[in-house]
Amino acid sequence: MRYAMLVDYRFCTGCHACEVACKQEHRIPAGKSAGIKVIEQVQEFPGEKLDLTYYPLLTQLCFFCRPRVKKGLPPACVKHCMARCLTFGPLEEVLKELPQKRKALLWTQEI
Amino acid sequence: MSADEIKIVRTTTWSAGPGCHGGCGVLAYIKDGKLVKVEGDPDHPWNQGRLCPRALALTQYVYHPDRLRYPLKRVGRRGEGKWERLSWDEAFDLIEKRLKEIKQHYGPESVIFLQGTGRDIGGWISMLAYAYGSPNWVFGLSGLACYTPRLMVMWITHGDHCVVDAAQWLPQRYDDPDYRLPQCILVWGQNLPATCPDAFFGHWIVDLMKRGSELIVVDPRFTWLASRAKIWLQIRPGTDGALALGFLNVILNEKLYDEEFVERWTNAPFLVRVDKEEKLLRESDLKPGGGENNFVVWDTAANQPAIWDSAQAQYTSPDVKPALEGTFRIGLANGEAAECQTVWIRLKERVSQYTPERVSEITWAPPEKIVEAARFYARSKPAAIHWGLPIDTIPSTTPTAQAIAHLWSLTGNLDVPGGNVIARYPFDVVTYPYHSGVGILSLPPEVHQKRIGTWKYGPVKDFRAWAHPDMMLEQVFTEDPYPIKGMWIQTANPLACTGLEPQKWYKALKKLDFVVVVDLFLTPTAMLADVVLPAATFLEKNSLKGWWVPLQAIRKVINVEECKSDIEINFELARRFKPDFPWESIEEMFDQLLRPSGMTYKELCEKGWVLPPKGHPTAPYLRYEKGLLRRDGKPGFLTPSGKLELYSSWLERWGLEPLPYYEEPPFSPVSTPELYREYPLILTTGRRSSVFFHSEHRMIPWLREQDPDPIIEIHPQTAQSLGLEDGDLVWVENWLGKCKRKAKVTPTIHPKVVMAPHGWWLPEREGSEPSLFGVWEVNINQLIPMGKVGKSGYGCPLKSILCKVYKAGGE
Repeated sequence: MRYAMLVDYRFCTGCHACEVACKQEHRIPAGKSAGIKVIEQVQEFPGEKLDLTYYPLLTQLCFFCRPRVKKGLPPACVKHCMARCLTFGPLEEVLKELPQKRKALLWTQEI
Repeated sequence: MSADEIKIVRTTTWSAGPGCHGGCGVLAYIKDGKLVKVEGDPDHPWNQGRLCPRALALTQYVYHPDRLRYPLKRVGRRGEGKWERLSWDEAFDLIEKRLKEIKQHYGPESVIFLQGTGRDIGGWISMLAYAYGSPNWVFGLSGLACYTPRLMVMWITHGDHCVVDAAQWLPQRYDDPDYRLPQCILVWGQNLPATCPDAFFGHWIVDLMKRGSELIVVDPRFTWLASRAKIWLQIRPGTDGALALGFLNVILNEKLYDEEFVERWTNAPFLVRVDKEEKLLRESDLKPGGGENNFVVWDTAANQPAIWDSAQAQYTSPDVKPALEGTFRIGLANGEAAECQTVWIRLKERVSQYTPERVSEITWAPPEKIVEAARFYARSKPAAIHWGLPIDTIPSTTPTAQAIAHLWSLTGNLDVPGGNVIARYPFDVVTYPYHSGVGILSLPPEVHQKRIGTWKYGPVKDFRAWAHPDMMLEQVFTEDPYPIKGMWIQTANPLACTGLEPQKWYKALKKLDFVVVVDLFLTPTAMLADVVLPAATFLEKNSLKGWWVPLQAIRKVINVEECKSDIEINFELARRFKPDFPWESIEEMFDQLLRPSGMTYKELCEKGWVLPPKGHPTAPYLRYEKGLLRRDGKPGFLTPSGKLELYSSWLERWGLEPLPYYEEPPFSPVSTPELYREYPLILTTGRRSSVFFHSEHRMIPWLREQDPDPIIEIHPQTAQSLGLEDGDLVWVENWLGKCKRKAKVTPTIHPKVVMAPHGWWLPEREGSEPSLFGVWEVNINQLIPMGKVGKSGYGCPLKSILCKVYKAGGE
């Protein structure tokens, strides 16, 4: 089945809960990359307008926490995201969220 | 692992582990008696299943190889790092013997009981101090500059404390029919998502933003919240008071206040004598035998003075129509006639000095933005203010906090849904007392008179039962008025964190006869102890949390070797010092503390958490109208007058200015231009990291990798002028000392300001002297003085000091 994760990065606060949740769930040691990585971007737009955005990006390692999903649990990062900026579910359901979310990232995978 | 091998246990975070002020419901996954995983409890109303990185890294914390696992006794020189293992009985015997010797020779006040930020320690360490007989329970940050200054101002102004209403009292949270979303949240000096301050879950702000709340952010740094704000005011560090007075100026001039609230519930109509020493006029001034605590208004109905009876919360004559404005001549008991004005006029005159233009000059924020922000806040209904530590960590904390508290008071946002709601201990169950006179044990008044600082600072004497840290540290050296010989330090790390001028703390610790440190790891401070006791994380203890809301149980889930909880350590020693100690067991003590809730500890554990029901005095809203705040059930506030005191009678009594005003930081381009020439950057400290709690967690691999280096933020223009590039090692230096940092070049900081996070030490370095885990290399507090507190005794210059920055190398 095709699942999707929608990352509403406008609300990511850069707290790193997703990364540590992933490392705990999959026992990934420090120094090695997890299934998700938050990137801090400071941008200076024309008109001296500053922007600070955190982008949670899924890495090659992410397999949408298949064992959890099979048990009916959300992926570890989704469950613990403090800002609740990650939405997970079957692609069709996640797509319904899209019209409300401007500028979001969508990741899909088969589980 | 299969599911049937794993036991899942519910408990609540507080203190060691995530380190924080707690409140999150967690599910601890236990296999063969060991913690294997931690998840957020989805049924808990506080965090609703979410969890922060520090809680998610608990398996690395709990079983960390460097964790203290049994008591240690120093065998070499202090700081040499030579230890001998003790049993708990040996450790308690030794501590009992040494502390009793000090008591016998010098008196119990010669031992200091020092804590870091409160959490699940404050109540229990005070119990130990009082059982021993010392009134010198103290928090080690200069000027008690962590929440206490703001708590004091709220207490003198409205008799209670308040926080942003994020529906935390309501079982259905944001969906509760009684709740209203704040249209505007003014976030003053805090990057909330990186912290959970004041018993407030930081990401509740994000929940509210998603639902439509708009932000005004006051911050010298362009934080994530600033980047998402409708209005961002980048002010000069330490000038918050001027900005708040500027907001009041706009709100009063443009009549954006809640007139009905001001007239009915505040002391705005009270008369103040202005011809001689400015003072609130009291009934005792008008007639012999008149009440000292009754106040005077001008009754426009009878055209004569009328008396406000504070105890009865009413006027002594019928149908009084108090004048809000005006100057009146009032005949006094001594035959004189006094010229008086209303509090309202005095306040208006005060804020008239702070025009947007003048405030802009002081704060660097553009005048039009100051006006726009004041209007947006005051016109939003409801609106809420979340304020941060920067209001405490400036010497002018008291008048600054007062000006900010006046904002939510004057705009009618106090104790309304979606505003600033009054926050009380849930069900009046007190586990960590904020006020003198509330606590697990008490001491007679004559012993409290020996508490350091009571003779100098009114708030230290009357508000909170802590000794004054700056005076305490001085007294270690001067021994005046009495010597200090011992220090019990519990989950505090003054050499790396709470101690400003740590050089001085180091000398003080070396001078003492006996030092005990209770902690989970050997810290720079613990290296100087005679005895070190291993404390437990929240997963290894039974406790209860009664801080704002809800009332929560903490349940022991695992054991880690010989570690004991703070409560157990304090309880067992307290019993040795106090023959008539009232409880046989900790659970018996919990049951007594819980009595106001009608529950036993066992019952609370079964429930996990409990919210005070609607209509309870410890649940919102509008309690001043309903008579739920005062003990006599009359409407009004728990202040001396029963009114919300815009002009503070407590401040007047303490000899402090009763109305808010602006005071320049003690070291700044304005107050010390000579120093500023030599040290041309404003240094601010204390930004929070979501992966560290103050000086903790530097040894936790999953956390340290997210925030690996002690940095200093520098604006690109400034870096260029200093020949610095991102990642360069630099010295940060001023007249007091220096430390080494890694430059983080970022436009998110003002070009004239640098920011260095606090609490740094390097657990990976050598612990023995002279290294002390590298604390002297990286601790920014070496540049910040002790003893520069505000007139109230509160506040310190953590947010605004001067420094220079230059490239390190060659040494």
